[in-house]
Amino acid sequence: MSDILTLEGVHADIAQYHILQGVDLSVPEGSVTMLLGRNGVGKTTTLRTVMGLWQAHRGRILLGGQDITRLPTPRIARAGVGFVPEDMGIFSDLTVAENLTLAAVSGPIDSARLDWLLDAFPPLRTFWGMPAGNLSGGQKQMLSVGRAVIEERRLYLIDEPSKGLAPAIVTTLARALKQLKAQGASILLVEQNFSLARALGDHAVVMDDGRTIWAGPMAELAADAALQERLMGLSMEAHG
Amino acid sequence: MNILSGNRPGALPLTLLLIVVVGCLALAPFLFPGTRALDTAAKICIFILLAASYDLTLGYGGIVSFAHTMFFGLGAYGVALMLDHLGRGWLPMIGGAAAGAAAAAALAFVIALFSLRVRAIFFAMITLAVASAMAVLVSQLSGLTGGEDGLNYQIPRELTPAFRIGKLFDVTVNGKILNYYLVFAGCTVLFLLLLRIVSSPFGRVLEAIRENDFRAEAIGYPVLRYRAAATCISAAVAALAGALYAIWLRYVGPGTTLSMEIMIDILLMVVIGGMGTMYGAILGATLFVLAQTYLQDLMGAGAEALSAVPLAARLLDPDRWLLWLGVLFILSVYFFPTGVVGRLRAMAARSARST
Repeated sequence: MSDILTLEGVHADIAQYHILQGVDLSVPEGSVTMLLGRNGVGKTTTLRTVMGLWQAHRGRILLGGQDITRLPTPRIARAGVGFVPEDMGIFSDLTVAENLTLAAVSGPIDSARLDWLLDAFPPLRTFWGMPAGNLSGGQKQMLSVGRAVIEERRLYLIDEPSKGLAPAIVTTLARALKQLKAQGASILLVEQNFSLARALGDHAVVMDDGRTIWAGPMAELAADAALQERLMGLSMEAHG
Repeated sequence: MNILSGNRPGALPLTLLLIVVVGCLALAPFLFPGTRALDTAAKICIFILLAASYDLTLGYGGIVSFAHTMFFGLGAYGVALMLDHLGRGWLPMIGGAAAGAAAAAALAFVIALFSLRVRAIFFAMITLAVASAMAVLVSQLSGLTGGEDGLNYQIPRELTPAFRIGKLFDVTVNGKILNYYLVFAGCTVLFLLLLRIVSSPFGRVLEAIRENDFRAEAIGYPVLRYRAAATCISAAVAALAGALYAIWLRYVGPGTTLSMEIMIDILLMVVIGGMGTMYGAILGATLFVLAQTYLQDLMGAGAEALSAVPLAARLLDPDRWLLWLGVLFILSVYFFPTGVVGRLRAMAARSARST
């Protein structure tokens, strides 16, 4: 299986802070790679750096073998990377329909794909013509994920989709992400909800202090409480 | 109201209000005969277009620019210089308008390219500096522009009062009325074009950029390119509004086209009407120009009627009209923070929910 995304020794700064200090990771094509680690270790910065929202000043980022390190963000997006940011970033004044239409950058929305999406997230069908600002937090997250998956992308970067959401919404999101995985999507997912991480992840990459400190099969990490304790300072069993 | 676009006013009272305003403007020469009324109607048409073009950048793009009167002035001076140097004629007039619009779009592109990357406040400051420099330049190059005195020139005879056509509904139809309909038609077509633009996918992307530019980039839209395009379109339309103003007035000067006072007027029109709505420009400009033109008369009548009440008569003295104009605007911004259009739409939405 070839890698759809590869980061080689990536360094990135935010203002005067040196946040990423050598990130090495790869996302195999057609699988879900979990990016794990304690708060503040650089997971979100890694995703934003892949998107070009922060500039990597050292190292290389390859998308399907093509160097995208210096590409502007819109070109990275159009190269086939769908991004769900932590803050959702929906366009409140636009309707649900307009949010989704804008996200389909390569042309009209495929009707079969839209049907799947609206079945996975029924509130988006209900509030189709409503301004997105009127949605609840969970519905906004569905829209945020929906925008990324409205088109088939080569890679999905998803940042903590379950953060702060009610358990019922998390279940809906998890079901949709499992369906996306079953379609053979390549996903790099940051997630603090360990039961979700365990259920979805094929591979895991653990970060600490702006570096990758461990990479391997998710099942191996999930089964080894001592390893989890050593890498992340906590056990998945205790937090699942 | 959705001619050429799917953008509807969205509330019945608003639709009715717009029909009344547009209807009055369309029939102004016959409904309100007299030079002053026709002047006011033409000014309303031109400022509707100018405010709408500003709404494209401010309301839809979230770009604060203080250079809009400069673009307005470029169009006006384009027509004035061509007619002044080449003599009266349709070709110099149309050529001047086109040259003004092209110059405005080119200058907007340069400003956008150099300054849209910076933060909004710096962009606003840069546009202010460029606009001030342009005003000084026009004032200093008196050999070409007439300096502070401005330029008087002749427009094609068919657009002047001397050109008489005949009588219609007891009104003598002459070149002045043709000139009014040129202004009205020009403003209508360009307004509908702006409405079409904001209702298009381009308009939606602009709104998305206004709300969250990082997110719009991450979806795949090059923010700088979209902002630059919006600035150029807005500048070209403002220049065409300036060209129509120059054709109507047969005079241009720094005071009528380039002053900071006009810039503030446009800003108020957009805010009072409702930012990011386009229709707000129609109501904002109409209310503003009517208040500017007739408030003094209204106050004079009020002072006369209340002459027996000493304090009221003094407060309503026509000389204090600017004070009352200011008070009116403060109150309208306070009570209609989303503008007249925003308030009417919210009221319509509330009543739709309650039924």
